[in-house]
Amino acid sequence: MATALAATNHVAMSDLKGKVDPDWCPGCGDFGVLAAVQKALVDLQIPNHNVVTISGIGCSSNFPGFINTYGMHTLHGRALAVATGVKLANHELTVLVTGGDGDGFGIGGNHFVHSMRRNVDLLYIVMDNQIYGLTTGQTSPTSRLGMKTKSMPFGSVEAPVNPISLALAAGATFVARGFSAEQKHLTELIKQGIQHKGFSFLDVFSPCVTYNHDNTYQWFRPRVKKLEDEKGYDATDWMAAMGKSLLWDEEIPIGKFFERTDVPTLHGAEPVLDDGPLVHADNRIPKDMTRTFIEELM
Amino acid sequence: MGKTFAIGIGGAAGQGVATPGDIFAKIFSRRGLHLNAYNAYQSIIRGGHTFLTIRTGPDRVTNMGDRVDLLIPLNQDAMDRHLGLLTEGAACLYNSETIKPGIAAQGMQLCPLPVSKLADVTRNKVAQNTLAVGAGLSMMGIGFQALEQVLTEQFKKKGDAVVSENIGIARAGYDYAGANFQPFAWPLPMTANRYAVLSGNIAMAMGGAAAGVKFYCAYPMSPSTGVLHWMAAHARKAGIMVRQVEDEIGVVNMAIGAAHAGVRSMCATSGGGFALMTEGLGLSAMMETPVVVIDCQRAGPSTGVPTKTEQGDLWQMLGAGFGDYPRAIAAPLDIGDCFKLIPEIFNIADRFQCPGIVLCDLLLSEGRLSVDPKDLDFAAPIDRGELIMDAPETSASNGDGVYKRYRITDSGISPRAVPGVPGHTHTAASDEHDEDGVLISDEFTNPTKRRAMMEKRMRKVVGIEAAVPPPVLWGPRDADVTLIGWGSTKGVIEEACEILAGQGISANQLQIRWLVPLHGDAILDILKQARHTIIVENNFSGQFARYLRSETSFVPDGHIRKYDGEPFMPHHIVEAVKEQLGGKCKLSVPAHEILV
Repeated sequence: MATALAATNHVAMSDLKGKVDPDWCPGCGDFGVLAAVQKALVDLQIPNHNVVTISGIGCSSNFPGFINTYGMHTLHGRALAVATGVKLANHELTVLVTGGDGDGFGIGGNHFVHSMRRNVDLLYIVMDNQIYGLTTGQTSPTSRLGMKTKSMPFGSVEAPVNPISLALAAGATFVARGFSAEQKHLTELIKQGIQHKGFSFLDVFSPCVTYNHDNTYQWFRPRVKKLEDEKGYDATDWMAAMGKSLLWDEEIPIGKFFERTDVPTLHGAEPVLDDGPLVHADNRIPKDMTRTFIEELM
Repeated sequence: MGKTFAIGIGGAAGQGVATPGDIFAKIFSRRGLHLNAYNAYQSIIRGGHTFLTIRTGPDRVTNMGDRVDLLIPLNQDAMDRHLGLLTEGAACLYNSETIKPGIAAQGMQLCPLPVSKLADVTRNKVAQNTLAVGAGLSMMGIGFQALEQVLTEQFKKKGDAVVSENIGIARAGYDYAGANFQPFAWPLPMTANRYAVLSGNIAMAMGGAAAGVKFYCAYPMSPSTGVLHWMAAHARKAGIMVRQVEDEIGVVNMAIGAAHAGVRSMCATSGGGFALMTEGLGLSAMMETPVVVIDCQRAGPSTGVPTKTEQGDLWQMLGAGFGDYPRAIAAPLDIGDCFKLIPEIFNIADRFQCPGIVLCDLLLSEGRLSVDPKDLDFAAPIDRGELIMDAPETSASNGDGVYKRYRITDSGISPRAVPGVPGHTHTAASDEHDEDGVLISDEFTNPTKRRAMMEKRMRKVVGIEAAVPPPVLWGPRDADVTLIGWGSTKGVIEEACEILAGQGISANQLQIRWLVPLHGDAILDILKQARHTIIVENNFSGQFARYLRSETSFVPDGHIRKYDGEPFMPHHIVEAVKEQLGGKCKLSVPAHEILV
C-alpha cells in the first residue's frame, strides 16, 4: 500500500497546509514547530490521511487546525487520553499530540504520567513557553520560581515541574527537547520521535513573545547546548539522561536525552489487536462464542 | 405472579453468604424456575452485615417480595436482625452451637443444626453454610442430585477430595433435615424451561458485546465495576479492547478517542464518576462523535452510601455538559432490558452522532434475575449511521474542503469520515466551528454561522424523537389508580398492581424507559385518562416528578418516595396507595423494616 501511494501520491508541503493560517502572534515559537512537523511528515512521506493531530486547549493547541491531517481539538488537559483511545482503535495511524505546558503538565499532568508508563505509541510535542498565553499571561507549571505574572504578581513561590526528569521517571521510552528557533535540529527530533515505536516525548522551547518576558529567544540562545554535539553522550544511559535533565540556567541541554527500544508498545502488548486494527474487526462475535457466554450463566 | 418462595441468607462479609446464594440460584434456574436476587451489603470487605434475598417461583419474579420463607443466619447478628421477619409457615435454619434464636413467631419453625456433630468444623470453616444448604433443599422438596451436581461443578477445580467432602457435608444436612424438620407446605415445583441468571452489570456488558462494542474502558466504582469485570474476563474471546485507566476523565476521553477513530465505545460508572465525565459529554456532542456512558446510580450525594440503591442522578444527567445539545437518555426497566437497551441506544448514538446515556441503578446492576436465553440476542441490529469508513486511495487530500465534516443538512446529520480515510481530512473541535471544521471562536466568530451550526445540531433532536417509541400503559385501561415510575421500579410496581387488584383496587402502570426524548405529549394523553395518578421513585425530591412537570406542566395526585438506600417492596407501594386513595396524604415515604 505504501509503495503505490509514494508513486502516485507524493506528500508535499502544500498537501499539509491547513485550511486556515495560524492565528499565533507574529514571532510566536509555535510557527517553527508547525513548519518542523510538516517538514518531518514530508521527509518521512507519511500520507496526511494516516496522521491524526490531537490537542487540548491553548494557543499551541490550535495546531491541528493549521495542518492538513485528521485533527482533534479536544479538552484542556485531555489530549493524551483521547489520543490513547484513537491509537488503540486504529494502531496503523500516526498519532501526534500537540499542546502547551499548562495543558500538558498542569491539568493534563495525570494523563501525562500514565500515558508514558503505558508506552502508548505516539509523539507528544509540548510547546513549552513557561506561561499560559491564551488566557493572557498566568503562571504555568514550568514558570520559574519568582516569575511575576498576572496571577502571581509578587512572583511565584512554587518551584517549577521538570518535564524531562518527570518523563524519564515515568518510564517514557523516548525523551527529547528542542528549540523552535533551531528548525533543522527540531525536525530531526520530530522524525525520530515519530519513528520511535513507543511514547515519544518532545518538549520544545517555544517562546511566547507577548507574555513571557523572561524566557525569550535571547535568553535561550546562549544557554541551549545540543546533546548531539557532546562527544560520548550515550542516549541509552538513563542515569546520564536524568543527570542532564537537571541542568538549567547556565546550560540547558537540548536534543535526544534518552531512548530505549526494548519495551513493547501498549498496542503491541494487547493480544486483542493481533489480527489488526480494532476499527477493521468484525462487529459480530461468532455464535459458538456467544453461546458459551450464555451457558456460563446457566 | 404465581406463588413464590424466598430465602434470606445473612452474615458478615467474608462469611460466605454469596456461595450458598449462588448454589440456590443455579439449582432453581436449572429446575426451570424464575428467580430474583437482591443483596444488601456494606462498603466493607470483611465484617459488617450482608443479607441476600433470593426469591423463586415458576412465574417471572419481578422483585424481592414482601416475605422471607427460609432464613439462614450465619452469625448471631443476622439472627438478631431478621428472625422477626418470619411469619406463619416460615423457617429458620441455624447453627445451634454458635447462635441462639430469639422469640419465634406463631407458626414459624426453628430448625437448629448441631453443626459439629454433622461435620468436621476444624477442617471446614464453612461447614455450617453447606449443611444449611443441604437442609434447606430437603425442606423445599428438591432431590439431592441437583445439589450434588452443582457442588461438583463448584469445587471441581479444587480436586475430587474437596468435592466429596462438600457433598458429604451437604448430604449430612439434607438427611438431618429429612429426619428432624417439617418440610415446607409448598414443595418447589419444576418446569422444563431453562434460564440464564445474570446481574444487570453482566447484562449491560453482554449487551455491549452484542452491539459490537470494541472498546470498553473504566475506573472501578461501585456498583458499576461488574461491567468492567465481565468485559475484562471476556475481552480476548469477544475481541474487545478493555482498559482500566487512571480516572473517569481519562475514561470518557479515551472512549471518545476510540469512537472517533471508528469503533463503538462504552464506559460505565456511578454518580461521582459520571460527574467527572460531564465535560467529556460536551466534547462528544460538539465534535459529534458518539459514545455510550452508563451511570449505575447509587445513594448520594457525594460518596453517599456506595452499596445502596437510589434514583437520584436524573437531574445530573439532564444538566450534564452545559449548553444545548442532542442526546438520548434511557433507564432500563429490568435486568433483561439492561441487555436489550444497549444495542438500541448505540444505534441512536451512532445514527445521530451524539452521546447516549444509560441510567441504571444498583438494584439492577447488582441484582440478579433469570432471563430467557432467547432474550439475550447477539444478533440485534447494528446501525452505524452515515459513517464513511473508506474511500479510494487516490482521493484528493481535502485541502480544498470538498468534504465538509459538519455539512449543514436537513436532518442535522453530517456524514462522518474516520481518520485513515483518504480525501476526507478535517479537524473535529470542541470549539464552535463551521462546516469545514474551522473554528469560529477565535480569529473569526460569526453570529450567522454559530446560529446555523447550533440549529444543525439541534435538528437531530427531531430525528431522535421519531426514532424512539413513546411509553405505553401496562394493565387495565380504566383503573382506580395509575402508578408512574421510571427504570428499575417497574417490577415492584407490577406486583403492587396485582396485589391491589386482589384487594379490589384496579391499578395500571406507566413505566418510563426513555427520559430523553420524553414524549411528553403522549404521556399527557395517557395521564389525562387516569383517575388518580401517583409517581413512584427512589429519591427525596421527586426528581422525575419535577422533570415531568417542567416538560409538560403535569402534576400528579400524589407521590411515593423512598430514599433510605433500600428498594421498594410491594407492600410499601400497596399501603401507600391505599393511604393516598383514602385521602390521608399526598406524599408517602415507606419505612424499611429490614435492618440492613
